[in-house]
Amino acid sequence: MTRTSRRRVVSRVAVTLCAMSVVIALIPLALILFFVLSRGIQALNWDFFTHLPTPVGEAGGGMANAILGTVMLTALAGLGAVPVGIICGVYMAEYSGSRLASAARFAADTLNGVPSIVIGVFVYGIVVLQMQQFSMLAGSVALGVMMIPIVARTTEELLRLVPHTLREGALALGATRARATFSVVLPAALPGIITGVILALARIAGETAPLLFTAFNNSFWNTNPLQPTASLTVQIFTYASSPYDDWHRQAWAGALVLVSIVLICSILARTATRSLERMNTGG
Amino acid sequence: MGTGAFAALVLLIVAAIGVVLLNQSILSVREFGLRFWITDVWDPVAHEFGARPFIWGTIYSSLLALLIAAPISLGIATYLSELCPPRLRQPLIFLTELLAAIPSIVYGLWGLFVLVPLVRGIENALPESLRELPIFSGPPIGLGMLSAALILAVMVTPFISSLAREVLKAVPRTQREGAYALGATQWEAIRVALAYGRTGIVGAIMLGFGRALGETMAVTMVIGNSPTVSYSLFAPQYTMAAVIANEFSEAVDELHLHALIEIGLVLFIITLAVNAASRLLIWNMTRQTISKPKAKLEPVAIGDTA
Repeated sequence: MTRTSRRRVVSRVAVTLCAMSVVIALIPLALILFFVLSRGIQALNWDFFTHLPTPVGEAGGGMANAILGTVMLTALAGLGAVPVGIICGVYMAEYSGSRLASAARFAADTLNGVPSIVIGVFVYGIVVLQMQQFSMLAGSVALGVMMIPIVARTTEELLRLVPHTLREGALALGATRARATFSVVLPAALPGIITGVILALARIAGETAPLLFTAFNNSFWNTNPLQPTASLTVQIFTYASSPYDDWHRQAWAGALVLVSIVLICSILARTATRSLERMNTGG
Repeated sequence: MGTGAFAALVLLIVAAIGVVLLNQSILSVREFGLRFWITDVWDPVAHEFGARPFIWGTIYSSLLALLIAAPISLGIATYLSELCPPRLRQPLIFLTELLAAIPSIVYGLWGLFVLVPLVRGIENALPESLRELPIFSGPPIGLGMLSAALILAVMVTPFISSLAREVLKAVPRTQREGAYALGATQWEAIRVALAYGRTGIVGAIMLGFGRALGETMAVTMVIGNSPTVSYSLFAPQYTMAAVIANEFSEAVDELHLHALIEIGLVLFIITLAVNAASRLLIWNMTRQTISKPKAKLEPVAIGDTA
């Protein structure tokens, strides 16, 4: 074989390997979605959404309280983290050259990489130990801490995409800097920010580790933020680690609900970003 | 504007995590000192705490995961940014990144009931002569290092590939054009681009390493949770995150709790260091090259709104 043809063959092989690695990565995705769907659907019924968990051995029952718990935990976390994250993102975009902004950006990125279990331990220290009990509030704080850096970075990146002319126009009309930012630039980026917030909510709704010793668990309904609360994820963990087939099936049903939420949010976000991009590029 | 206070809050949270964790683990830090990290016995009843097996399990499982995930992720990044037909690009990006959106607990559930039996089958099918080797010793029960490494590999792949893709995007087009002009094949031109972006790619892999180190639920459910130090892929082992998840809410003894929090503190420090280093590498790489095309785009934006 000549040198040139060998180089050509090497090139072909390498390019094929690259394409194959995409296929290899998609196999587990397909397998996971397949098993979650097929096993989840067998166990999913109306009771799952409306009934409390039943004791071992008793058929039926659901995760109604855990679903409510997850919704409340996520909502409470979002309530705290979204404003903080957005304002933080505004600062990082507005004063992007300043030392504090670089430091905050770096801190947000590192905070994003801190293992969720460590966040759980941290919130155990600052909330659970002080209140002397596990609570929904503690769980929400943990989820909120995880959410702040995601929202902040998304906001920052989207604000940068807003054309300078918008801000300049507002300033030229006599608006103060704060006014230009909050009444003109931020609203322009808002659809994108909302998309980012939905994705962040979907992500923290799927978190388990930070809830294990903050929100803990509860077999009953709870709407009091100061009491321990069940969540979909912790309930799946408890059921999956149990030796009972009945509970395993419930765990798969829970997984199906979780994955559906995540999938729906991702698809919505994708279509939203696409139409935004089309708008921004004038297409 | 008072928005700076909120930016400072993020810094404050990171600092507070370190302070609170140190504060809450002080008993164990004082009692055991360095011995905590080099001894193997973990016995809450006897008040004996040695964390070496957890560190070993964490690092070993993460390295094994990277061994699998790094080449695949780079292949994905290369394919998606250099080779893919434009019509397939967006859908494939969406699908590969969907792997990152699946909750950890779902990976764990799938790992426990689907992957572990599969791995058990492979382990049992292994010929007796190979079973003598240290890396294949141990009970073939499926739960163990191999399952954990496989699950971790799947979980970190989307992180590494999406960052590596960004790095490749930041490599100037002229690099590839230069290679083609010199008569390079497609793969040789890609190698030039990869070499140009090597700093960022190392950063992307390190970021994946940081993710793997801290991954909790999926690993807890498949690694077997046995505090042993072993090279064996089949042996049940334990990780730092897993021991915290399993024992924290049952730790009644204060020293036990402090020992667990000390593990959390060290996990925090390690991931912080790995993350900081990888971010710096990626920033260095993307900042110089990305800022230019952005400036070029501006006239378009102006024409757009005028």
